[in-house]
Amino acid sequence: MPVIENESQLRVLLSGLSGVDAVGAEARAAKLGTRSLKKSTKLTALDLAISMVDLTTLEGSDTPGRVRSLCTKAMHPDPSDASVPSVAAVCVYPDLVAHARHVLGTSPVKVASVATAFPSGRASLKVKLLDVREAVDAGADEIDMVIDRGAFLSGRVGQVFDEVVAVKAACGSAHLKVILETGELATYDNARKASWIAMLGGADFIKTSTGKVGVNATLTSALIMLEAVRDYAEMTGVVVGVKVAGGIRSAKDALRYLVVINETAGSQWLSPDRFRFGASSLLNDLLMQRLKQRRGVYVRPDEFSGD
Amino acid sequence: MSDDLTSSRLGSMAYDPAPESSAIARLKPAYGLFVNGEFSDPSAHESFVTVNPANEEALATVAQASVADVDRAVYAARRAYDTVWSKTTGAERSKYLFRIARLIQERSRELAVVETLDNGKPIRESRDVDIPLVAAHFFYYAGWADKLDHAGFGPDPKPLGVAGQIIPWNFPLLMAAWKLAPALAAGNTCVLKPAETTPLSALVLAEILQQAELPEGVVNIITGDGATGAALVDHPGVDKIAFTGSTEVGRLIQQRVATSHKHLTLELGGKGANIVFDDAPIDEMIEGIIDGIFFNQGHVCCAGSRLLVQESIADDVLRRLIRRVDQLRVGDPLDKNTDVGAINSAAQLARIRELTAYGDEEGATRYTSSCPLPDKGYWFAPTVFADVAQSHRIAREEIFGPVLSVLTFRTPEEAVAKANNSNYGLACGVWSEKGSRTLWVAERLRAGVIWANTYNRFDPASPFGGVRESGFGREGGRHGLEAYLDV
Amino acid sequence: MSEDRLDVRKTYKLLINGAFPRSESGRSYEVASAKGEFLANVAQGSRKDVRDAVVAARGAQAKWWAQSAYNRGQVVYRLAEMAESRRDELAEHVRLAEGLSSKKAQASVSRAVDRIVWYAGWTDKIAQILGSSNPVAGPFFNFSVPVPSGVVGVLCEQDSSLEAFVNAVLAPIAVGNTVVAVASEKRPTPAVLLGEMTATADFPAGLLNIVTGFTGEVAPTLASHEDVDGLDLAGVDEAFANELAQLAAGSIKRVLRPGANEDTSLRRLRAFVETSTVWHTIGQ
Repeated sequence: MPVIENESQLRVLLSGLSGVDAVGAEARAAKLGTRSLKKSTKLTALDLAISMVDLTTLEGSDTPGRVRSLCTKAMHPDPSDASVPSVAAVCVYPDLVAHARHVLGTSPVKVASVATAFPSGRASLKVKLLDVREAVDAGADEIDMVIDRGAFLSGRVGQVFDEVVAVKAACGSAHLKVILETGELATYDNARKASWIAMLGGADFIKTSTGKVGVNATLTSALIMLEAVRDYAEMTGVVVGVKVAGGIRSAKDALRYLVVINETAGSQWLSPDRFRFGASSLLNDLLMQRLKQRRGVYVRPDEFSGD
Repeated sequence: MSDDLTSSRLGSMAYDPAPESSAIARLKPAYGLFVNGEFSDPSAHESFVTVNPANEEALATVAQASVADVDRAVYAARRAYDTVWSKTTGAERSKYLFRIARLIQERSRELAVVETLDNGKPIRESRDVDIPLVAAHFFYYAGWADKLDHAGFGPDPKPLGVAGQIIPWNFPLLMAAWKLAPALAAGNTCVLKPAETTPLSALVLAEILQQAELPEGVVNIITGDGATGAALVDHPGVDKIAFTGSTEVGRLIQQRVATSHKHLTLELGGKGANIVFDDAPIDEMIEGIIDGIFFNQGHVCCAGSRLLVQESIADDVLRRLIRRVDQLRVGDPLDKNTDVGAINSAAQLARIRELTAYGDEEGATRYTSSCPLPDKGYWFAPTVFADVAQSHRIAREEIFGPVLSVLTFRTPEEAVAKANNSNYGLACGVWSEKGSRTLWVAERLRAGVIWANTYNRFDPASPFGGVRESGFGREGGRHGLEAYLDV
Repeated sequence: MSEDRLDVRKTYKLLINGAFPRSESGRSYEVASAKGEFLANVAQGSRKDVRDAVVAARGAQAKWWAQSAYNRGQVVYRLAEMAESRRDELAEHVRLAEGLSSKKAQASVSRAVDRIVWYAGWTDKIAQILGSSNPVAGPFFNFSVPVPSGVVGVLCEQDSSLEAFVNAVLAPIAVGNTVVAVASEKRPTPAVLLGEMTATADFPAGLLNIVTGFTGEVAPTLASHEDVDGLDLAGVDEAFANELAQLAAGSIKRVLRPGANEDTSLRRLRAFVETSTVWHTIGQ
């Protein structure tokens, strides 16, 4: 297990990471995207994807009523079909955690909370840690933090690392997902470096995006992050999960991510404990595809609740 | 192999079969010779069967062209040249080629299935690589036909006349496109002989040429074995011979043509070196090595069949490579999830086995994928030989199958020396994030094609061909016109 | 066609950003056939229309250049497909506009379509003619590539209603530019028709923009517009051309004036490209 004592050491480690050839990486992701999942593979994959969803609402206009609808759907995505699994978690802002916890009761669906001045991360460390603690105290099982992209892009990798460590401590027993915001990091080389900073800092999951910027999760950025968790597990024995968020709307997209997991990191990551989809409208498309497979005809969106 | 390799194997989710339908191919039970714009029976009424190498089942009967048939085809090409094609303006030739390109696009799914059935390559490759490139070649050369004045060969360059073209079985339709498109653009007429084991896609192309209303005799497609090819090479009515195939046969053709006035271009074998430096982008490099040797089952003249890896990273690279090889899905070529298809013929399979046995004898360390193989058909599991020395036969001879030989080097100079230590010179790969070193290595490699941080990339705009015993002449690009012009 | 049936007459509009608006000024002007008969009311473009067209062209240019040369060739070829399939309509308008016989008009359309095909085939070849690797004295890989100037303004020839239009607008498009074209003042309808055909030829919005109207009125706006990189002065007389060329100098535009031997020297294709040269060290 590499021990990071100061920023210089971290820099040396990061500079030793292999570069990413963007053309090759994108070609690999695209080729994996051509895999054809049919029949029982498709059914299994659809159910797996449903069980990996972090059903999300992160809007300024969120209300207790909105959160109630979300949590109800999270527990029983299709009330007419008990065989549909529940999702992995709901994901809300910290001030709605307590309400979500209340609605979910003893359900296995977890409460994930964004924190650390999500989505921008532009606040003092003191404020960001308070944000985390309040969410944890309110009952959050999981915390989705954002890294300081400003610090990363200006070279202060030590600060990025220290913040992950501090947030992890503030999480207590809650799991920590670290959002890299790969769209703002711009290059795959940066995404790889940021992945390693987060993992070394103690992340339980690394996450692509906040979903709030122009470019969110892409198949290639997921590929890079899955390579990172694979290599990290080989080096240290520690298994870190991956969450992709933002812009994943169709079941077809979701299944492509499952293929990328399968053929990059391996089946150990094909579980809600190791992979999540941060999404909202994706769930209905998964349900529609599932129903279509069973009925054999295309179905209309109104089969399912809007929220 | 050390235990580390097996323990790092990835677990994986199984994929159900996702087969493409073979009915899309619309194969006929029998095909004649395509001469002078129509299909006809061979003069001696001889025929042979072409089989699906994935299951050894017969696909169709095709004609064996006799010497008389070759004569008939060359005559048709000559007459078409003299009376029609040499009088057809570049603008009109251009529009014929654009028509053909569009028809190929329209019938692309059918062509991909035909190609996979006859050749054994995965449908994903014929669908996503072969057929799109076929259309692209016709599109590209269509655009040269009406601008030959600007191709850099002087004003109003003239064609050679009748081109006799013999192509291999590894990329049947693509090789047909590489031959026909530039020849027609330049104003020649053609007699094309497809490979014995893969005649079908060329015969469907003949139907497309009819749909495009290409004047009769401009392209003639005659199926047959080596004897047909020899008759074409020897025919005095042919002005130009273009051959793609083994160096062994290329040598024979060059000898036969040497005493004639025929123009000649050859695209022959290779033993491509894929050179990996310690600063290569690691994950993309592994994919590149895999693509370099297992793409198209290794039936690629420019395959990266030698991995030259910098010694300092050799163990890690080998470990990642073996792990990746184990993920390759070998099986039904019509399954959309298949990565590696069938070996094209029993004869080729026997050759691969023979040469691979040398690897064992010579003391290299073999790793063969544990993938299950179907019972029927011609199959060879992807294989990697480590600890290979320059003097080993498996480092020098072209296997033309999914077999990689791994050697090491210490310095860039040594890498170049080892890569060049071959009578071949078709293609090489260079993997490094340092541009200056990549360019330094590239200018010292004796190869016609150098891929940097990628492998097996083809484009009609990019000239392809070898040096030394990998042949001479280029296909693709502006340079590709030279083979078919009298300049 | 039954003589009792009333035909539906077409409104001739501008082409800006993939849409067909009327002039923002609301004006139109009468276009007559070569014989003087009323042909159509065509939009009379304004300075603001030109401004909007330039914005559209600029917005489209980076994406057009980012497409592969192969794709660009396919798009232009599809315009040829469209023009061929609607050749009778084009020929009718060329006949009326230029006062030609039906046979000559058809021949003109044939030449125009073949010209589109010619340009379609240039997109993925021009770099092989205009580019080069340069043998500098030193351990450097040095190569030059042609890149498009950007947005090109074209003042189309006045007399040749289709052929010259095709030649002038497709040359810059083939090498990666986007175009704002001012059609022939008196003979605009074939150009307008071709513009309509771009909508079904997969032309991205803003690739080709066509402003009809009085050349004298709108040309100075185009010539002086600082966000236009190149200017083709084919459709104006010498005196006006001088005036416009001086305006163009304000932002150092590349200016093309009519010349000889265009086809053999590929003058039109070279006029609106820039040569970009890269040096890269070679060493271990």
